[in-house]
Amino acid sequence: MLHLATPLRDRLADLTVADYPREACGLLVGRLQPDATHVRQVFPVRNLNVERARDRYELDPDEHARVAAAARLEGLDIVGVWHSHPDHPARPSETDRAAAWEGWSYVIASVSPGGLQDLRSWRLQDGRFEEEDIVDGQR
Amino acid sequence: MDSVEAVTVTIRIPAPLRPATGGLAEVAVTGRTAGEALQDLARLHPDVRARLLDARGELRPFVNVYVGERSLRALGGLAAPLQDGAVLAIVPAVAGGAP
Repeated sequence: MLHLATPLRDRLADLTVADYPREACGLLVGRLQPDATHVRQVFPVRNLNVERARDRYELDPDEHARVAAAARLEGLDIVGVWHSHPDHPARPSETDRAAAWEGWSYVIASVSPGGLQDLRSWRLQDGRFEEEDIVDGQR
Repeated sequence: MDSVEAVTVTIRIPAPLRPATGGLAEVAVTGRTAGEALQDLARLHPDVRARLLDARGELRPFVNVYVGERSLRALGGLAAPLQDGAVLAIVPAVAGGAP
């Protein structure tokens, strides 16, 4: 279960809509617990894949390292990754699956010219993505 | 027993690799170079080895290692020397995309 407060969900909507029709991507910072993930911060991270920015993303590892270091100073952790699927459903692609890591949440935003259409979260388990519930909550 | 020249460094483990370190977010290791430090990590936690290093002991392409804020690849790779008290951070490569 992913706890994502409404202001953070709104932030994700703003970031993904602002970059449409390009893919937007970034990191989720918060706390990992055995039965739930609590998101406290949402960070955009530069997409290094400029040639296919409409349908691929590759997080800038330098920015990723800085976000991870800053999170640790606050007693937080990288808990997941978010990205948008412009004009596609909020379901992981084979490209997503092949590059994913177990232990993180993968939030996908489906975005169209009309704005955010759907927001879902997925976790890789034994090589397959399973959807997890997103609930509104601070802790 | 470690020699007097042993350099102690801390390696930060991202959540996806923590099942391989018994849940530890940080592991103290010894090594005068980044390669030695990662080998020591793999000695202490053998399940880490296949996630980080290939059969030749090189860093896998989908894993990045930082020394402070600098990428190990920019510092010369596994031969990069480490100071006592250095902090290494393992940063998984993150990628994907729409169908």
